Amino acid sequence: MRMTPTTEGSRRYLVVEDLEKRFAAHGRSALDGISFSVARGSFLSVIGPSGCGKSTLLSILAGLSLPSGGTVMLDDAPVTGPRRDMVYVFQQYGKSIFPWKTVLDNVLLGIKYRSRDPRRELVERCRAHLALVGLGDYAHYYPYQLSGGMQQRVAIARALVCRPDLLLMDEPFSALDAMTRAELQDLLLRIWEEFRLTILFVTHDLDEALYLAQHVILLSAGPGRVAGGLDVPLAYPRNQVETRSDPVYLGLRARLYRFMVEQGLAGRTEPS
Amino acid sequence: MKRWLRDTRLAGVVLILVLLGVWQYSAVYVVHTASWPPVTRVWAAWVENVADGTLLGHLWATCWRQMLGYAIASVLGVSLGLLMGYYRFLYNLFEPLVEVVRPIPGAAYLPVLVLFVGIGHEMKVILILVAAFFPILLNTYGGVRSIDVVQLDTARTFGLTTLQTFREVILPAASPQILTGMRISLAISLILAILGEMIVSNDGLGYYTILAQRTFRVPEMYAGLFMLAIFGYLLNRLFLLAESRLIRWHHETSGRR
Repeated sequence: MRMTPTTEGSRRYLVVEDLEKRFAAHGRSALDGISFSVARGSFLSVIGPSGCGKSTLLSILAGLSLPSGGTVMLDDAPVTGPRRDMVYVFQQYGKSIFPWKTVLDNVLLGIKYRSRDPRRELVERCRAHLALVGLGDYAHYYPYQLSGGMQQRVAIARALVCRPDLLLMDEPFSALDAMTRAELQDLLLRIWEEFRLTILFVTHDLDEALYLAQHVILLSAGPGRVAGGLDVPLAYPRNQVETRSDPVYLGLRARLYRFMVEQGLAGRTEPS
Repeated sequence: MKRWLRDTRLAGVVLILVLLGVWQYSAVYVVHTASWPPVTRVWAAWVENVADGTLLGHLWATCWRQMLGYAIASVLGVSLGLLMGYYRFLYNLFEPLVEVVRPIPGAAYLPVLVLFVGIGHEMKVILILVAAFFPILLNTYGGVRSIDVVQLDTARTFGLTTLQTFREVILPAASPQILTGMRISLAISLILAILGEMIVSNDGLGYYTILAQRTFRVPEMYAGLFMLAIFGYLLNRLFLLAESRLIRWHHETSGRR
């Protein structure tokens, strides 16, 4: 059973140092000196109001855009572009899951250009991962035949089939209804434990951040800075009812919320 | 309103039959002129000319040169369009040129082409090609340029090369708009084929129709128009059938059927 992130692993798996991002077009800073580090195998939530540069931060970590300053080190190597040991899961599953491909072909895209194994074997691996996210019977469906929650499950299967060490998730559940979101949160936690992944999960939902993560980082807006962070010493497996009514959870929630009010951020987040 | 009247196209088919009836009646009882023969005589001329192979031969000539010009225009338009849509340099290089050349009506190239390629088969194919090229080109680069950045980032995340990204993401994502351009150009290519045949040719439906008019075989002239109507209709139906198969996902996703 996992406890706090400080008790295990090296804290130096993903190291973000003094990250800056300025957009030439309007000369405004989106990120201003962001630094933090993540231990291998841990679950980190990044929370902040809209416009604090969460997505910008994540796309730099994923190697999809370049910072104006600062460095990102993953597993002791600088991130200069997309890498095989990490996968980005987008918020807009409707676009990221290609509507012209079947569920199986979408998942297959994750590995077919990276692996030299025979196609039959790759297909089997994809099917196994689809079964893992509860879509075993939907391999030949098209995305338009699936609900939003199922489409995001496809995205998770496609990410997992690449066998990444790090999963970068940009508000992956924010477009889903509350019940579906809860299901997918629990699915993600199961997967995290089973695959021993490191997960960096960006969200604007304070409860989601606390429920999932071992450690929460709070960003302030305009420009994005690290305003604070806290450990979440709650045992796994977590439970939607019990964890969320645990006094420790409620205490943390109150603390985090109060902190956001003090920082003048609460008005722009969703305390839900 | 009766349900079958609202939900089926039966009424539209009946309207065509009624108009043909009006034509027949007016030609037999009202307007007595060689320019307006009864439908029955046009029909007889059509059957006769189909039976002896004349109309089918001309149809084949038209179809063949149209398809050749259209196919080359499609290959060139889609290829260059994909590149222009993806590489900003190529877009900035060619887009002003395209905007200047595009407004010239396709038919205006005919005198120039006659000077350079003569009046043979090649001239008509090139005429069709030039006119059909631009709608396909414009729609292709428009389609590529409107691809959502999330889709391209997804391809990058999974380490796809540029070529793989073209095949797996860019071409399919742009295909609804590419097919729109190809449908527009299909109609244009038939127009230019007929035009070229009417002006300089010795075969094809355009030649057949205008020759019939010049030699006062008026029923044959209308029979040529009938043939064109049937051919154009079938062509469009075939295209829509192919399109609905190719981009079924698009109609389902956007809710248009």
